Amino acid sequence: MFEATALNRRNDRTQALFRMLFLLMTLVLIVPVLIILTTLIVKGGPVLSVDFLFTSPTDGMTAGGIFPALFGTIWLVAVALLVSVPLGVAAAIYLSEYAPDNWMTRVINLAIINLAGVPSIVHALFGVGAFVIFFGFGTSILSASLTLAIMTLPVVIVASRESLQAVPHAFREACWNMGATRWQTIRKVVLPNAVSGILTGVILEVSRTTGETAPIMFTGAAFFLPFLPQSVFDQTMALSLHLFVVSTQVPGVPEALPYGVALVLIAMVLLMNSVSIAFRMYLRGKKKW
Amino acid sequence: MAENPHSLDDFDRRTPDWYVDRLMQSLVFIGGFSAIVFILGIFLFVAKEGLGFVTTDFDPVEFFTTEYWAPSDEDAPEFGILALIAGTAAVTGLAMLVAIPFALGAAIYIGEFATGKTREFLKVLVELLAAIPSVVWGFIGLSIMNPLIIAVFDVPVGLNVLNAGIILGLMAAPIMTSIAEDALKAVPDRYREAAEAMGATRWQVIVKVVLPAAKNGLLGAVLLGVGRGFGETMAVLMATGHSVNLPTSVFDSVRALTATIAAELGETAVGSEHYGALFTIGIFLFLITFVINMTADLIVRGVRKG
Amino acid sequence: MVAAAIAAQGVVHKLAVRDLNIRYGDHVALSGVSLEVREHEIFGIIGPANAGKTSFLKALNRMDMFDSAMRVDGTVEFNGRDVRQLRNVYALRKRIGVVFPLPVGLPMTIYENVALAPRLSGIRDRAELDVIVERCLTRAALWDEVKDRLNSLGSLLSGGQQQRLTIARALSQSPEVLMLDEFSIAVDPVTTMRIEDVLKELRSEMTIVLVTNLVQQARRLADRTAFFLDGACVEIGDTEALFEGEVQNPKTRDYIEGRFG
Repeated sequence: MFEATALNRRNDRTQALFRMLFLLMTLVLIVPVLIILTTLIVKGGPVLSVDFLFTSPTDGMTAGGIFPALFGTIWLVAVALLVSVPLGVAAAIYLSEYAPDNWMTRVINLAIINLAGVPSIVHALFGVGAFVIFFGFGTSILSASLTLAIMTLPVVIVASRESLQAVPHAFREACWNMGATRWQTIRKVVLPNAVSGILTGVILEVSRTTGETAPIMFTGAAFFLPFLPQSVFDQTMALSLHLFVVSTQVPGVPEALPYGVALVLIAMVLLMNSVSIAFRMYLRGKKKW
Repeated sequence: MAENPHSLDDFDRRTPDWYVDRLMQSLVFIGGFSAIVFILGIFLFVAKEGLGFVTTDFDPVEFFTTEYWAPSDEDAPEFGILALIAGTAAVTGLAMLVAIPFALGAAIYIGEFATGKTREFLKVLVELLAAIPSVVWGFIGLSIMNPLIIAVFDVPVGLNVLNAGIILGLMAAPIMTSIAEDALKAVPDRYREAAEAMGATRWQVIVKVVLPAAKNGLLGAVLLGVGRGFGETMAVLMATGHSVNLPTSVFDSVRALTATIAAELGETAVGSEHYGALFTIGIFLFLITFVINMTADLIVRGVRKG
Repeated sequence: MVAAAIAAQGVVHKLAVRDLNIRYGDHVALSGVSLEVREHEIFGIIGPANAGKTSFLKALNRMDMFDSAMRVDGTVEFNGRDVRQLRNVYALRKRIGVVFPLPVGLPMTIYENVALAPRLSGIRDRAELDVIVERCLTRAALWDEVKDRLNSLGSLLSGGQQQRLTIARALSQSPEVLMLDEFSIAVDPVTTMRIEDVLKELRSEMTIVLVTNLVQQARRLADRTAFFLDGACVEIGDTEALFEGEVQNPKTRDYIEGRFG
């Protein structure tokens, strides 16, 4: 009896020890990043102002604001979404609702995995070879956005497929048994119950697309432009590339300026991610079945 | 059967809904098929642009085994990517040294120890960390890590393997943590309950039951992390110092494969030798990540079947 | 010629199944089943779990189309038409209503649950839909309980109510055949009795195929009963006769008397 108790006590101690160890490892990953983010806020915060957001860079990009970059990022993301959301949702519907269990489906799934795994710079090379040169779109918003769309397509597909498959199979069978076609079932029962989950995925994609830099460097984003883009065939500045430019390519930039750009970029990305996560949790809380 | 609303021939007549269903099936198939078109397109277009270089005077032995990368030398341009491979390998290797133990540790804590609100909070935090764009990480390496390394280690330059390795490790860890946590979650609770019923402690359950059962998923997580680190561009471009070098210590500046393309593609003339060489590096990167991703997928799916 | 044979017997066969085999991959779920279901009868199917009863129902209304693992051989005739040769199989399912073991209230309003199928068939007129909804809910013995909250979610009703909602939905297209698959499994005894009363009334209007896990339910309701065992139909006959012991296969008596199951 006593021996068992002693053993138990030692086990409890080991248990507590390991618990602490793993907590520590988790904190090692998280705390430095939180410190870094705090530094960004402390150093970049003073730069932020309405003027910073809504004026152009001046004095060879060593002063002024970031408006053209912000404006360009919105353009790039919007055009990319126009392509990737319909394609991605369609792919998700196919894979979740129609695809038979055959080699073609397996190949599609492998393609999606690889699309997500190919380095962003290789996507950039593809964008140059395909859109800029082969299709003759030149370096333009169109080329850059198409490159971004293809790169982030897996995000939409995976998120949409997950929310489609979260709709219970019994609902589909109930519909099919009444003589509904697959498409009628999708339109009336599956999509209405998956659309908010798909929206969550789209917000996530917006966030991803906003932060990408390499794919747009040679396909449509410019270091500096004195004018705003007028159409999808124009080049544009972009916030992510702007951060790269002011922190590495321009001499004589005041130290605080790139911090301000970084802060705006990371605030946009994290805000959208938080919205997406909050929305997901809200949905989880109000199930309809 | 007078009140029967069904006409007698509706078994033989296809309604508009029948055709709409077929049409929609074809349309959404295009979405799915586009993924195949894109991945093939990526390979073909990158290969096409690199073809000119590979088919003229291309010596694969020289390309992969010499460390002289001087593509813009007008008299005798050199195309040896060994130093670039070494740079990528050194940075990715160090990053994995940082990321793997801590990511797995964090996954174990979140998946096996943390409960309720803490767990939910940590998961959200990890997800948010994974969302920080790579150009921001590059900026962090440049502006925060660089002076820190110079001050702490008393070295002249803080943009080196150590800097990029830590940055890349912090970048890859959240993704690895998420995937590893999924792998742990996939281990059925009845395994844990059975072991606990026999008097095993939490820790014994984890070591003897959970980790062996999740090992393929964890390996997949590690591989995907390696793939991410290997293909990372902006952070590596900004934090390595970007000088062609066979590194001998973590304080050496290096240059990575991805960063080379990012830094030089803008300066090359379309169709030139240099341009073709950069696309050839692209093919190499594509093939390596392709193999890594396929392997990870095979390993992870092996788990589900088993 | 099937019709001629039927006319000769003076019996109308609503469903005729011949040599039906169903496989899922290597697993044989049903083999060599042949039987007929007469118009306006309640045809009971009893048998232990995994006897192939559910697969049998799925083959009748061609649900194998949605299950890529399911392989069906043999013929199933509905009103003398081979269901595997139809150009528009969706029209078949509109004529066969189905009720599942677990109630499925779709995540839409009670009204929309019942109006869904008529809407999909092209009925747009609100007044017409109102009539259908009220009629089907009334026949499913649910109208009085939900008439004041037709706009609340069907998926949030109680289990017993959801099962009656499922029946109302199955009736919404005036089917000629109603198939029920162990409908009382997740339902309280009171609801079960109410649904049984509903089925007795519906018999005058349609043919009912009742798969049940309760042998006494088959005895209470079915005109004829088939006994499925291990993927085969081992017995088929008038319900009363079976329960009085007139069986071909001793296993049937054992099952009816509760010696296994």
